[in-house]
Amino acid sequence: MAELGAGSLLLGDPAFNYQEAELNERLKRLYPAVNEDETPLPRSWSPKDKYSYIGLSQNNLRVHYKGHGKNHKDAASVRATHPIPAACGIYYFEVKIVSKGLDFLSSLLPLSPIPGWDKHSYGYHGDDGHSFCSSGTGQPYGPTFTTGDVIGCCVNLINNTCFYTKNGISLGVAFTDLPPNLYPTVGLQTPGEIVDANFGQQPFVFDIEDYMSEWRAKIHGMIARFPIGERLGEWQAVLQNMVSTYLVHHGYCATATAFARATETLIQEDQTSIKNRQRIQKLVLAGRVGEAIEATQQLYPGLLEHNPNLLFMLKCRQFVEMVNGTDSEVRCFSIRSPKSQDSYPGSPSLSPRHGATNPNLHSAGKGNTPSHLPIHLPSVDSEMEIEAEHYTNGVAENPSARIMNGTYKHQEILQAQDISLEDSCASRQLCGGNQAATERMIQFGRELQGLNEQLCREYGKNVTHKKMLQDAFSLLAYSDPWNCPVGQQLDPMQRENICSALNSAILESQNLPKQPPLMLALGQATECVQLMARVRSGSCSFARVDNFLH
Amino acid sequence: TKCVHLPPEVTATSRHYVDRLFDPDPQKVLQGVIDMKNAVIGNNKQKANLIVLGAVPRLLYLLQQGSSSSELRAECAVVLGSLAMGTENNIKSLVDCHIIPALLQGRLSLSACLRCLRTVFISPVTPVQLLYTDPTVIPHLMSLLSRSQRTQEYITQIFSHCCKTPEHQTVLFNHGAIQNIAPLLISPSYKVRMQALKCFSVLAYENTQVSMTLVNVLVDEELLSQVFVRMMQRDQPIDMQLTAAKCLTYMCRAGAIRTDDSCIVLKTLPCLVRMCSKERLLEERVEGAETLAYLMEPDVELQRIASVTDHLVAMLADYFKYPSSVSAITDIKRLDHDLKHAHELRQAAFKLYASLGSNDEDIRKKITETENMMDRIVSGLSESSVKVRLAAVRCLHSLSRSVQQLRTSFHDHAVWKPLMKLLQNAPDEVLVMASSTLCNLLLEFSPSKEPILESGVIELLCSLTQSDSPALRVNGIWALMNMAFQADQKVKGEIVRALGTEQLFRLLSDPDSNVLMKTLGLLRNLLSTRPHIDQVMSSHGKQIMQAVTLILEGEHSIEVKEQTLCILANIADGNTAKELIMTNDDILQKIKYYMAHSNVKLQLAATFCISNLIWNEEDGSQERQDKLRELGFVDILHKLTQASDPNLCDRAKTAMQQYLA
Repeated sequence: MAELGAGSLLLGDPAFNYQEAELNERLKRLYPAVNEDETPLPRSWSPKDKYSYIGLSQNNLRVHYKGHGKNHKDAASVRATHPIPAACGIYYFEVKIVSKGLDFLSSLLPLSPIPGWDKHSYGYHGDDGHSFCSSGTGQPYGPTFTTGDVIGCCVNLINNTCFYTKNGISLGVAFTDLPPNLYPTVGLQTPGEIVDANFGQQPFVFDIEDYMSEWRAKIHGMIARFPIGERLGEWQAVLQNMVSTYLVHHGYCATATAFARATETLIQEDQTSIKNRQRIQKLVLAGRVGEAIEATQQLYPGLLEHNPNLLFMLKCRQFVEMVNGTDSEVRCFSIRSPKSQDSYPGSPSLSPRHGATNPNLHSAGKGNTPSHLPIHLPSVDSEMEIEAEHYTNGVAENPSARIMNGTYKHQEILQAQDISLEDSCASRQLCGGNQAATERMIQFGRELQGLNEQLCREYGKNVTHKKMLQDAFSLLAYSDPWNCPVGQQLDPMQRENICSALNSAILESQNLPKQPPLMLALGQATECVQLMARVRSGSCSFARVDNFLH
Repeated sequence: TKCVHLPPEVTATSRHYVDRLFDPDPQKVLQGVIDMKNAVIGNNKQKANLIVLGAVPRLLYLLQQGSSSSELRAECAVVLGSLAMGTENNIKSLVDCHIIPALLQGRLSLSACLRCLRTVFISPVTPVQLLYTDPTVIPHLMSLLSRSQRTQEYITQIFSHCCKTPEHQTVLFNHGAIQNIAPLLISPSYKVRMQALKCFSVLAYENTQVSMTLVNVLVDEELLSQVFVRMMQRDQPIDMQLTAAKCLTYMCRAGAIRTDDSCIVLKTLPCLVRMCSKERLLEERVEGAETLAYLMEPDVELQRIASVTDHLVAMLADYFKYPSSVSAITDIKRLDHDLKHAHELRQAAFKLYASLGSNDEDIRKKITETENMMDRIVSGLSESSVKVRLAAVRCLHSLSRSVQQLRTSFHDHAVWKPLMKLLQNAPDEVLVMASSTLCNLLLEFSPSKEPILESGVIELLCSLTQSDSPALRVNGIWALMNMAFQADQKVKGEIVRALGTEQLFRLLSDPDSNVLMKTLGLLRNLLSTRPHIDQVMSSHGKQIMQAVTLILEGEHSIEVKEQTLCILANIADGNTAKELIMTNDDILQKIKYYMAHSNVKLQLAATFCISNLIWNEEDGSQERQDKLRELGFVDILHKLTQASDPNLCDRAKTAMQQYLA
């Protein structure tokens, strides 16, 4: 009964929750490459994998000995809940000796059914300062330790070595050629012994982050100095091709042409084709989906007919844009166009959305940093702006409209919207506040419903479609759709996905790659790093793709 | 004045360059200087030719000439800078042409001028004093610090190279070096940060004033020590880590940072240990080891921490493996490099071992157990390099403080042999260390004592006592003192004979109190066991009594007086020697005086002396007791039996019992 009470108290204990949050934050910072869904990090001792002489308390962090402690046979150990993931690169934990008389401390153990201090384990004894590895015979290693000392263990999964620390001082390499899948372990042998573990719950005494920074610098140096040698020319051609195809893919027609001219390379796709795609993309991003559908049907006959799912997605978006008041089908009824909604900041040129695996690509980019991934050629900018004007007059009248090459800061956009809202709050109404437009929208909604039913009959039920339709229609249930639980859909950002889907579909229909090689390479590198973690190559932790994107 | 032979064709082209500097048309002169600039870049021969042909004075003239255009002056400075980049002889010629005052007096802030000045100053052939001869120069350079990153880099580099003495430190400090240079530590330019950091390391070295000021300096609201800690982070360039560690080391040794401060224990010390690792360059390993040795020299706790950090003791063993056997065969360039650093590495390792083992017995054991350690010290003692010999003997000295090592490894490796050899002919600093080590080897439990005695060391030690250096005199007499401890009559006689009474009494009036103390110690050791006391006193009694009287009358420390009274007590223990005191009323009055002294130690020693004089069972004890009673000693003894100090009380009671029996 008392135990139960203590248990529930612990769960609700704010201090405990705070500690948990601090632990999560520290582990995330120390081991950013670890995917805890695949390989969870050790967070406490395992109540299952322990000797009966071992008692656990304080969220399974405190270990005490409750055996007889007469001889070596009475030694007992406990291991952590999980082995050390290779993706840590460098892993570290500490143990504080709370109560003296500690005869020995074994610190690492490979995966084995029973934790035992003399079977394939690696450790550092407190009574004689010896280290022991696999067998029972110790080697002189470090100083002895006792009550009050904090002993740390660092596993370097890059070179498979391990060193211990005492009160924040590194004692030097103890073992080399360590096997994979080691568990943090502690062993005790005399009654009254108590040790507390720190798997990241508290700041470490040893500055492990400083040690990590050295290895990060080493690995980055290795990457930077990777020999290219003879293949220098080859590399340049590859890189130029990457840039060129990326520009072409996203329809930066003028920039791509200028780049091709400067680097004396060829563009595979012809100018008209690029410009067509560019035009369609601009329409989608401006929220004028109806026109985009028309243009697609006109320029690429049969494309949407062969992609009914894409067509449905586009139509759904069109409905959302009608609610927004941006689609041309409702705009024609409107006297004044609601600025806030069509001032899509990235418009009219495409702002490509990158894979969700690379959030940095999206948030950290600045339009005018020349050396970074979204390539920016200032001289071409003005040219593109003129093109833009030609296609979308609604945007050109907005003085803040800029061509953005690639990415931008989301926050900036939101702020800009807030400002424009202050003076035109009233104008943000359903379908621009026009009655006729609203009727047109309702009618379009019915047609959309019909299309969905037709698709269901032809291809069977589609959960995604149903959800999409539901979400779109839900907008009508609120008096202020922009501030409702499904209002997210109205965000101009949401146009990017459908825009890139349409762009890829067009490219595929022209027998061109639906993804630019640059994104493929990026995806491949990301995958590669994840694969390294799975095959236990620790250096993956310091070779993150994000580190090289700005 | 110099006779230089140049091939005619070379001279012709070079002369043409020089001739063009004298063209009346300033435009042509400018073009001439520019052409000259292009001709000398990377061409040491051309540089030498132009210098010989007198280009330097003309360039300096053009540089200083008010009528020269700023473009011309800038180009002149560039050419001069280029000439300075050549050989050491080039620099010498430039300095001989008074380039430094010309560059300085002109108040030229051109970065080309400063660059040239920097190149001249960092050369080993340029006397650093030239920076300080004109007192306006340093304030002027300080004022130029804010100009640009270039000027910051050059000026701080000049300062850090030219700050060699405490006087230099003070001059720079007084001209606001700290306030002016501190902000440069967070400059965006790595070179500026690095040179500023180097400035602080040379300014803080053994300088309390600078160090105490540094701890309170804020750079962008951050304490300077924290800025240094950041510079020691492991992903920073090694040079920066090492120099930042030096700054903190010097601040710590000057007492500005406590030795148990976490920035020393957890940051500076581990950083310096890392600098000793095999991964570092040989130069870095030398500097790292030397700095670490200096950091922990006075602090046993730091020595203990360092001794367990990253296997430092074992890591240092690698310092002795240069040139490695591999490098000799495969790579002649590497061999050359290794050879050049081999001495430096060995002396650095010896220094660090010496520092590590200076206090803790366990660490000494760990050091002597390192592979071939004693053999390495033994061979280090006879190396040709004085630096290595000195470091080796320092290491040996540090280890000789261990009773256990004296008994075992020191004897097994017969370290006394090379040590004795070293003592025959060595510079004073080596002699100090070697003789100090010898003192320990002559301790009575040391098995090396016997063979050393047999090797005829007494003459050598006696000659040391005549040295001008107080440290050598102390060590000489100290060694003799140890030697005389419980020695047989023959050795004692030899010591007295070799030293000579005249020298012995000269030492008793030595201005250095350490020398006096050890001399008294020697006397005390000579005057132990009754037959020895009587023999020494029968031959030198008069002089000894005189010396004792003089010391007891003089202005001396309690320790000296106590030691002197102990000598008297020893004399009082002799059979015939006793009479020398009993017949000397002056001395008896002095003993009486000290029995009533405020210092218990002196009271004890004096009482001991009386106790020996009145001891029963000895011939004539009754007469002595009577005489002393007459002189009032019994009353004093009676008083002392009431003393609060238990030892003194006991001693007095024992003495009183002699009367009762």
